[in-house]
Amino acid sequence: MSTASYCPNTPEEVREMLAAMGAASIDDLFQPIPPGLRARSFDLPAGMSEFEMLRRFEHLAGKNAQHLAHFVGGGYYDHLIPAVVDHLSGRAEFYTAYTPYQPECSQGTLQALFEYQTAICRLTGMEVSNASLYDGGTALAEAAMMALRITGRNRLVIDGAVNPFHREVVRTYLANLDVELVEIGPKLGMEDDLRLRAAIDDATAAVLVQNPNFFGSVSDFRKLAADAHAAGALLVVSAYPVALGLIESPGAMGADVVVGDGQSLGNPLSFGGPSFGFIASRKEYIRNLPGRIIGETVDKKGQRGFVLTLQAREQHIKRHKATSNICSNQSLCALRGLIFLSSLGAQGFAELARLNYDKAEYAKKVLGSLSGVEVMNGGATFNEFTVCLPTIAEEVVTALLRKGVAAGVPLSPYYPEMERCMVVTVTEKRTREEIDTLARHLEGILCS
Amino acid sequence: MQLIYEKSVPGRRGVRLPASDVPAAPELPAALRRKEPAALPEASELDVVRHFTGLSRRNFSVDTNFYPLGSCTMKYNAKVLEEAARLFAPYHPMVPLLPHGSSFSQGCLGLAYELGAALAEITGMDEVTTQPLAGAHGEMTGIMLIAAYHEAKGNKKKYVVVPDSSHGTNPASATMVGYEIITVPTAPYGDMDLDRFREVMTDEVAAVMMTCPNTLGLFNPHIQEICDIAHDHDALMYYDGANLNAILGKVRPGDVGFDVIHLNLHKTFGTPHGGGGPGSGPVGVKKQLVPFLPSPRIVKYDDGCYGVDAPAHGSIGRTSGFFGNFGVMAKAFAYITMVGREGLIQVSEQAVLNANYVMHRLKDVYDLPYDQTCMHECVFSAARQVKSGVHAIDIAKFLIDRGYHPPTVYFPLIVKEAIMIEPTETESKETLDAFIAVMREAAELAESDPAAFAEMPRTMPVTRLDETKAAREQNVCYFGC
Repeated sequence: MSTASYCPNTPEEVREMLAAMGAASIDDLFQPIPPGLRARSFDLPAGMSEFEMLRRFEHLAGKNAQHLAHFVGGGYYDHLIPAVVDHLSGRAEFYTAYTPYQPECSQGTLQALFEYQTAICRLTGMEVSNASLYDGGTALAEAAMMALRITGRNRLVIDGAVNPFHREVVRTYLANLDVELVEIGPKLGMEDDLRLRAAIDDATAAVLVQNPNFFGSVSDFRKLAADAHAAGALLVVSAYPVALGLIESPGAMGADVVVGDGQSLGNPLSFGGPSFGFIASRKEYIRNLPGRIIGETVDKKGQRGFVLTLQAREQHIKRHKATSNICSNQSLCALRGLIFLSSLGAQGFAELARLNYDKAEYAKKVLGSLSGVEVMNGGATFNEFTVCLPTIAEEVVTALLRKGVAAGVPLSPYYPEMERCMVVTVTEKRTREEIDTLARHLEGILCS
Repeated sequence: MQLIYEKSVPGRRGVRLPASDVPAAPELPAALRRKEPAALPEASELDVVRHFTGLSRRNFSVDTNFYPLGSCTMKYNAKVLEEAARLFAPYHPMVPLLPHGSSFSQGCLGLAYELGAALAEITGMDEVTTQPLAGAHGEMTGIMLIAAYHEAKGNKKKYVVVPDSSHGTNPASATMVGYEIITVPTAPYGDMDLDRFREVMTDEVAAVMMTCPNTLGLFNPHIQEICDIAHDHDALMYYDGANLNAILGKVRPGDVGFDVIHLNLHKTFGTPHGGGGPGSGPVGVKKQLVPFLPSPRIVKYDDGCYGVDAPAHGSIGRTSGFFGNFGVMAKAFAYITMVGREGLIQVSEQAVLNANYVMHRLKDVYDLPYDQTCMHECVFSAARQVKSGVHAIDIAKFLIDRGYHPPTVYFPLIVKEAIMIEPTETESKETLDAFIAVMREAAELAESDPAAFAEMPRTMPVTRLDETKAAREQNVCYFGC
């Protein structure tokens, strides 16, 4: 066979199989398809060997800019990935397995996901977690739907400082439902949550916030949580997991549901996916959590084992009455997150967060000292901050891109009134030299 | 096996981080600072390697076991796909969204665009979005597109019609978008009951969601008529692409009259499923739905360059963070590039051959409720074995002991004691013969010694697990959370 179809049967075997079932040809097996329905076209190139394909792919990858220094975030972050993450998650028994529907022969995946759920609970300060959702944006949308189910109310308040992409996903998810989504516009430099607190009323199902927010600011949401709870609403917090190595957990601040994107935990940038979304909540809401949940139990001999549990919430049993339509999740990416967290450990993870914090604080100081550049965040930030420039931020970012630096995310596409501002992200991968180079280039452009 | 948390030793360390090259910054205010580090495992790198290697050995996988899961297409995944995807791992998805940034991402944008074009040709659709992150996410996106179409036309629609043999995600996805579900039963010949379908079709129906071949593995010969009836009511036809592996190059849903389709790249195009995901669920549409596609959209300009279009008026918006599960898309495109036109046709031919072979060799020992030429999968019932007390789940556990991942059992819901087998095209005749022999052995044992099944599986790290206890006690987080 000249094509690489990975079909092993030889022509002789095909003949034997057809003979065994009394068919004359493979075409006979396609008899159920009426002739008028046959494909009108199937115009695709001929196949090639893996060597030729790889050469073509190398050529394609080469068309991307090489060696850009990333000071851009926007929900995806350029973090270190220890070698063990690729090696262990790449083991075929994890990698080529399917959803663990048969628990006895899937204990590896099931136990790993139970350990993952535990790690997410410990990071977020929550009591229960599911086994992953698609990404941070869809996790926030699922949390919004969860709050609507729990409270039976139909009004949501969302902070305009939540990642604009995630807000857009929430809007898309809710577009056809009878829900009022109230977006509270942010005021740069004012990190109080009075405007959010004032927007809560008796019809509010939840307040949705992000910590650190899209501008990089870290907030204390305790008062917001108290006000939400007093009105019978939930507090949903979207959290950046690396920040949770340093900043107080959303659970300790009073959150009821915590979501986020797990990309920064051991998943490569990969042009935006795959990553994983996490969702965790207080235990009383477990039956409203979407997606798969792994539970501990015992076998007939009393040995500990793990199973998919509370499946009666899920689409394959409940169909249109399910808590969500999610079926495949992002297990392998969640596994990567667990291996990442396990290999750094409690101390290493805290150090990782500290490195991010220190480097960004250094960059904040260096950039903030440039003439005409103003750091806009009023209070504390974590690994990102917002600067306003004396000129249009988009033009500056374009000029810096040509010098091999992705300097930041200009805010004007998402906040038209902030056309001179951009968010600068500094992870542990950015060296002092790269930060200084960014500052030098920025200064050069602003002076020219 | 102990949990990684139980192996934790205070003070033990794994991977080390680079030393800081900047001065230490002043502390965060106390109210914002975490009081205690999160209680993550404390382990050496070798501890971590042994732990996860140990866990992996407690799994069945396609690389280690035959995995004939009906409705899920678990085929062999070429190893080179991973290498192809890794070439794109360093690229940040924000770059093309920066002003003039798309010229820095031509490789990634080009791959996503060309994959979409190939999928459009394979399915007979006009345009494809790669943004949805899984099949069910694609379904929801597809139904949102349909809702946007009806809203733009001023149509008042309330219902989505699904056959009772459908995947559970179909009704769940349509409900997420705010539709009510009308379920149509399956007729004795194995397809949606046409008379019943005609009765429920009114102008209030927004869409009809079909899987074809359906979850019984049968191709619906009336599919064209169903499309026509739906279109007469300005309802759109949604094609669930989960079973597309059966018809590559044979039938294109777009030619038949379907308006929207989602694809499961990890099924049809052979990318690994990772024990539950990531998947990827591109959605193809006909022209009338193009204006509503999610943003951002990747486009090709007349000069051959690729770019990102500003959100179009009418777009349903973003359904996920960026451009989709790009790593999975890269693997699927690598697969399509290697297998090519003839290879894809061969995929469906061999998948259909293998499924029919298994069906013919087992139908004298297991009940076959719908005895017809099947497509890529066949559905038996263990009804005959149940008479001696042996259920489909017992046969599944027998298979585990013999080294086979069991077929899907108890689905589709319309077949009592269903055993749904999909061998895929990548399995050889020897593998199928061996599997057939073991399935026949299970049928014999069900007659000769039904009590023997109660203790199965015996060869796994755990015996049968108490699912009721798990649901009742809800231990979903190791204590101390």
